[in-house]
Parts: sequence; structure tokens; C-alpha cells
Amino acid sequence: MSTRHELESAPWAGRTRRYDILKEGTAALLIITVIVVALSAFFGSPDDKQITFKEWATNAPADFYATSVQELAGTSGSAGYGAPYNTASSGVNVGPFHLAQIIGVKHPVDNVNDFVITPLTTFNNSPDVATALKQWQGADSKTHLAWATAYDSALGKANQDASKVPAGDYGPVPQLATGLLTMAKSGSLDGVLLSQGNYFQNDNTKQTLFLGDGNYFNDQSTAAHLQGDTWGMMNENGRYPGQAWLWLYSFWYQIPPFNNGDSHPFGANADAYIMIIMGILSLSLVCMPLIPGIKALPRKIPVHRLIWRNYYEEENL
Amino acid sequence: MSAHHEKEMWTAKLRKAWQKNLPIEKLLPDTQPAYVASWIYLFGVATLSALGVIIFSGLILAFEGPSWYHLSSPGHFVNSLHFWSVQLFFVFMVIHLWGKFWMAAWRGNRMLTWVTGGIAFVASIGTAFTGYLVQTNFDSQWISYEAKDGFNSVGIGAWFNVTNLGQQLLLHVAFMPLILGVITVIHVLMVRAKGVVPPIDAFNKVLEEKK
Repeated sequence: MSTRHELESAPWAGRTRRYDILKEGTAALLIITVIVVALSAFFGSPDDKQITFKEWATNAPADFYATSVQELAGTSGSAGYGAPYNTASSGVNVGPFHLAQIIGVKHPVDNVNDFVITPLTTFNNSPDVATALKQWQGADSKTHLAWATAYDSALGKANQDASKVPAGDYGPVPQLATGLLTMAKSGSLDGVLLSQGNYFQNDNTKQTLFLGDGNYFNDQSTAAHLQGDTWGMMNENGRYPGQAWLWLYSFWYQIPPFNNGDSHPFGANADAYIMIIMGILSLSLVCMPLIPGIKALPRKIPVHRLIWRNYYEEENL
Repeated sequence: MSAHHEKEMWTAKLRKAWQKNLPIEKLLPDTQPAYVASWIYLFGVATLSALGVIIFSGLILAFEGPSWYHLSSPGHFVNSLHFWSVQLFFVFMVIHLWGKFWMAAWRGNRMLTWVTGGIAFVASIGTAFTGYLVQTNFDSQWISYEAKDGFNSVGIGAWFNVTNLGQQLLLHVAFMPLILGVITVIHVLMVRAKGVVPPIDAFNKVLEEKK
């Protein structure tokens, strides 16, 4: 006796209808093309201009200046990130495993030299900045840190207003930050940060980390509703649709405990846990026919009666 | 060549398996089962059509370079074609996927058809994501900055560096489309080889009569 499975596997022996697969494919392609052309002609596509260091330094000089000081002091976000950029922290963890740390530093970033000192050595600095650069290069790393952290702390207390920072032993740090601000305003820093002394370069990691350390970049994203806690992962600039297919990924960032960075262990390590959850869910989608309960839903909820309504009526099923 | 030798040949084995499972009548059919008569069936071919527009517009963008569309009206229009075809592609594919779920389309030895479709969906998300990373505008700056944390958190960032434009561009125009293209071709061939899944209750009468 044939089982249901055997019957469903066998080539269809029932009624058929005419079907021109090439004609259907061609018609579909034409119709979709017309729709796409119409949408493109009427709505265009989003293309907000990229942010440059020149723009940042010009529009928010105090923020750029303070970020430069943080890079020297090692207190910026990227300076304390950990792997794959540096060894400053152990990074996020899943249980006892700090996965990025286990793999190690694969994209080394030296915030002090890559972001501040090396770029300044390529620029035609003012005499006081040139002197400051020599003073920095002549000192040891312990002294660098003492100067930079002292000034970073004082600048923070002065609400990032350099004119209100009291006198102190800051070494050449204020001049270096001023020099980098001048360089950024001139537009030179954009090219130098990317090239890092090379001719060919296509890795924007260092630029992106530096840009993200300041508030200006974040503020622009907040204004555009692109932050992760406002479904930013699936949003787009302006009124355009974004990556709506990432809604489930974005969803987890909106709910407890993942939306609370102080909640341990899940909130504080939300990125890792959500990545793992989405990996499991993606695998579940691929293997859905094997999942008990889920695979039985189509029989229990008779949406198929709608899909094959005509056939069921014709066959009196 | 003797039948014995032919039996041992990989090429001959593949040809025979192909002829048995996917003869030209199945590959280019002129009839369909009568139950293939719902609007839901249109979303498979609509997804493929949108993919065709994506590939065509993407090829133009690839030939002109990643920054061309910022600088010229024709470039911006082609970018818009790429953008909207991707949006439609996902809409069609999600509807297609839901339709196939409610049909329990994995029945009757069609498990691998579902699996390849599921992989194609995940691969599409990866392909689109790398596309968003190579826009060379504010959006791609922000997406790469935010997304790095997710990939770094599980160690993938060591090899899949979203802030490396060169790497992402190569993945978007070469590796990801290759994966998606191959999976899509296999998926479509499996649909043709296995046929469209029959209605859930199609054999109720037959089975009851046999009891």
C-alpha cells in the first residue's frame, strides 16, 4: 500500500494545465524591471554624504580636540576595545570564553601613533607643534601616559573647553591636539589616516575607529535614527526603507536584558549573545522541516486551504 | 566503449543521474499540475526576476567603480535600480518563503529544496549586508562602525572585517554572489526535478479508499 510520503514523492499523475515556463519568466522579468525603473525614477535612492575628518574638525572642533587627547591618553573607546585591535581589555564574553581575545589581535591599531603622532609627522606643522612633537618623541611611554591622562582628566573637568583647563604638567599634549585639529581642518588628516604611509590602501579600519571615538559621528547617527537602540540596524537615512530583513536581529537589542548594558551577563555581552541567537535561528530556518511542532503547523493551521482553494473545490476535497 | 567502463566513469554516472532525475521535459515543462494555480506561486519567479535586475544593475556599478554613483546622475539612477531591486527581491522572497512554509513544501522528498531555499535566504542577507557596507557614504560608515562589534564579539571580525572596504567590496561582488548564485541554481533545479509539492490533502481520498 502506498504511503502518503510515497504519493507526495511520486511524479504528479493528476490533472495538469498548460504552462509556458519561458513565457512566464520573461513576463515576470519585464514586469519587475518596469516596477524597479518606476520606483527608481520616482524615489531615487539614499546617499547621504560621508563624514570626513575635515568636516568633523570644522563643525565640532572641541569634540575633535578632546577625542585626540583621549587617543593619546588611551581612554577612547577604541583604545580600550581589546581584540582584534589591541590587548587593552578582554572584550565581551560568552560564559568563560572571550572569543575575540582567544583569536587575538588580527588588526593591530596603535591609537597614539596611528591616529595622532604619525599623521603629525607628515604635516607642515607650526613651530610650537613641531617643538611639541619633538618633546613627545624624546620622552618615554610612562611620561607620555602621565602627560596625556593628566590633560585628558583636566579637559574632562572643564567640559572639553581647552581655554578653561587650569595650568598643569601636561607636557606637549595640548599643542599636539591643536596641531592635529589644524591638520584635520586642512583636510590632510583624511588622506594620511587612510594611507598610513602606503600608496595603495583600501582598509578603513583606523579611520572608522577614530571617527567613532568622537561624539560628532554618533550625534549624526542619532539624528538619522540609526542607533541600535532605535532599530537603527534596519533603518535607512531619510524616508527610505532600510534592511528590513534584519528586523529580528534588531529586535533583540530592544528588549531586556539585551537593551541594558549594565545587566550581566546578557546585557553586557549582548552583541555576542544576539549573534549566537541569530546563528541558531538561521540554522533553525534552514532545518525547519526537522523541528517537531513547527513542521506540523502547516497542517494544524489551514492556510493551505486558501492557497489551494480552487483545487480543493474542483476535487471536492 | 564497453558498458563496464562506462559504469566506472564519473562523467557517465553524472549524465545518467541527470537524465533520470532532470530530463529536458522537467527542466522546460509545458504543463504544470492543476493545483499550481494561486498567486502565491508568482513570488518564486518574481524573486528570480528581481535577482536578475540586481545582477544587471550590480554589474554596471561594478564596472564603473564604487564611487561613480555619487558623482553622476546616471550613476545615481543605476544605484537606485540596484537599491529598489534588492528591496523587491527581499519582499518577494519572504512572501515566497512563507507561502512554502504554509504549503509544507518539504513534503515528498523535497527537504533539500527547502534547505537550499533557506541557505539562499541567509546568503541573500549576507550579500545585501556587504552591499550596504560598500556604499561609500555615511550609511556605510555607520553600519560598518556598528556592525564590527557584533562580528568581533564572536571572533569572526578577525577575518570578516566590516571596516575594510577592499575586503567587503570583493566579497560583495565576487564571493557572496557566487554562493548565492550557485545555491539559487541548485534550488531551482531541485524544484524542477522534484516537481511542485502537491496540496496537503491531495491524497486523502486515495489513502482512505485503500484502508
